[in-house]
Amino acid sequence: MFVYADNAATTAVSPKVVEAMLPYFTEVYGNPSSLYSVGQKAKEVLEESRERVAKVLGASPREIYFTSGGSEADNQAIISAARIGEKKGKKHIISTKFEHHAVLHTLQALEKEGFEIELLDVHSNGVVSAQQVADAIREDTALVTIMYANNEIGTIQPIAEIGAVCKERGVLFHTDAVQAVSHVHIDVKEQNIDMLSISAHKFHGPKGVGVLYARGGIVLTNVINGGAQERGKRAGTENLAGIVGLTVALEDVVAHIDETNEKLEKLQDRLIEGLSKIPYSELNGDRNLRVKSNVNFCFEGIEGESLLLLLDDKGVAVSSGSACTSGSLDPSHVLLAIGRPHEVAHGSLRVSLGEDATEEQVDYIIKSVSEVVEYLRGFSPFWGDLVSGKRPHVFAEHTVA
Amino acid sequence: MALYSEKVMDHFRNPRNVGVIENADGVGEVGNPVCGDIMKIYLKINDEQIIEDVKFETFGCGSAIASSSMATELIMGKPVSEALQLTNKAVTEALDGLPAHKLHCSVLAEEAIKSAVKNYYDNNGIEYDPKDFPDPEVEACHMH
Repeated sequence: MFVYADNAATTAVSPKVVEAMLPYFTEVYGNPSSLYSVGQKAKEVLEESRERVAKVLGASPREIYFTSGGSEADNQAIISAARIGEKKGKKHIISTKFEHHAVLHTLQALEKEGFEIELLDVHSNGVVSAQQVADAIREDTALVTIMYANNEIGTIQPIAEIGAVCKERGVLFHTDAVQAVSHVHIDVKEQNIDMLSISAHKFHGPKGVGVLYARGGIVLTNVINGGAQERGKRAGTENLAGIVGLTVALEDVVAHIDETNEKLEKLQDRLIEGLSKIPYSELNGDRNLRVKSNVNFCFEGIEGESLLLLLDDKGVAVSSGSACTSGSLDPSHVLLAIGRPHEVAHGSLRVSLGEDATEEQVDYIIKSVSEVVEYLRGFSPFWGDLVSGKRPHVFAEHTVA
Repeated sequence: MALYSEKVMDHFRNPRNVGVIENADGVGEVGNPVCGDIMKIYLKINDEQIIEDVKFETFGCGSAIASSSMATELIMGKPVSEALQLTNKAVTEALDGLPAHKLHCSVLAEEAIKSAVKNYYDNNGIEYDPKDFPDPEVEACHMH
C-alpha cells in the first residue's frame, strides 16, 4: 500500500487544476503587459483570476497580489508593515514562538535592523490567546503577525478575536494562512485581517505561486524590484498558468471545506485513538483546536528520521520534527515551543491526511507506525534506560485520548 | 541523489550485530538523548585479545544506526589493538560516504568502540594511555 500522508508539506496538483492550467502554456502564452491580443487575453485572465481569488477571501481585487508563494508573501507583508511602522517611530512587532521560518527569519532580519520582536508563548496546547496579544500591544507596536494554523501541529489560532483586538488598537495584523485556507473558512473583512499569505501547492495547486492579500490603503514595500506588475508592488512577468491553477484550486478546496472536514474528523479521531495505544506516546497540540488533517505525535525512546525512513519502506510518506530531518542541531522549534523536551521532540511524527484519505489507509498508518516504533525501541539504549528506570519517562504509559 | 548511499540504507534496513551481549567483557555508551543519538557497544573478548563477538544498540537517525552496524562489522574478529585504530573516516568510507551534517554519527561509532575497549581495559586491570580515549561525556551536541 502507498499512503501519501504529508499534505502539509505539499499536495498533488489535482487533474482539474492541471487541465485548467494547460492552455496558458501553449495557447494564451502572451505577456499580460503586451498590447497585442494574445497579451491582452492573458491580462484579462489575470484580472479575472484576481477577482475570483478576492471573492473567495472576502477581499476586493485591488487587494490581491500574486507572489511566488507563501514565503514571499510573508516576507513582503512583514517588511511592508515594518516600513510603515518605522516612519511613525513604531518598531515593536508581536508574533509567536512557533511561526513558520518564513516569518521568524524575516523578523530576525528586522531585529538586526533595530526592531524589537516579541514572540508570544503558545502554551502546551499550541494556541495563543487574543488576551495575550492585547496585553502585548504597545504604543509603538507596528505589526502583529500570527499564523492561522500551525504547519507542524495543526493548531488553529483565534484569528478573528486577534483581528478584533488589533483593529480596536489600530495595529496592523498579518496572518500566515498557508496551512489554514483549505481547512478553515476565511473572510478577511469579517475577521479583521489586514494582510494574509497563502500558497497554492498546499491545496492541490501548483508550486511557485501564492497570494498576498493586503487591505486597501496599506502601502506595500517591494521585495522584488523591476517592472510595474501587480500595481508596481511585485515585479516579474506574471506566472499566469500558476495563477490560474491557484485560482481553480482555491475555489475548489474552499467550496468543499465543510464536507472535507466532516470526513477528515472521523479519520483524525481514528488515527489519534490508534496511535495513542502505543505506550509512552502523546499527541502534540490541542486535541480539538486543530485542522482536521493533522495528527502529530511524540514517541519516547526513538528518533524521528529512522521512523520515517522505515515508514517510507512500508509505503507511508510522513514527516518528523527531529533534528536529523531538519539538518540542524535542534529538533523542531514548534515542539520546543509547546514545551516538549529535546529528547522527546526528536521522536516526533507528523501525519497530514489528504481529502481522499480512507479508513484503510489510516489503519495501515496505525499498524505501520506501531510496528516501526516497537522495532526501533527494541534496540534503542534510550528506550532501554526508560524501561529499566535509569531515565525517567516524560509521558504516562497510556494517555486518555 | 538520495540522502543516503545504498550501503547506508542497507545497513540501516538490515543492521548487523544488533542486540546485547550478556556478561560482555567491555561495554561503551556515547551520546545522549537530548542530542538525539546514543550508541552502546558490547564486546566479547577472548584471552588472545581478539573480539569474538560484538553487538550494538542505537537510538538515532538512519546514519547513526548504519554507522553502528558498519563499525561492528569492521571490528568483528579483529584484535582489540586493531579495533582501537578504527577511525570515523574508515566507517564513513565503508558506508560509501555520509552527508556532511551526518558525519558526527560515524564519530559516535568510533567513540563508542573506544569507550567499550576502555571499559574492557578497566575491568581487566590493563594499563592504557587515557589520552587515547577521549571523554565523549563532556561534549555538547555536536556537528562535525
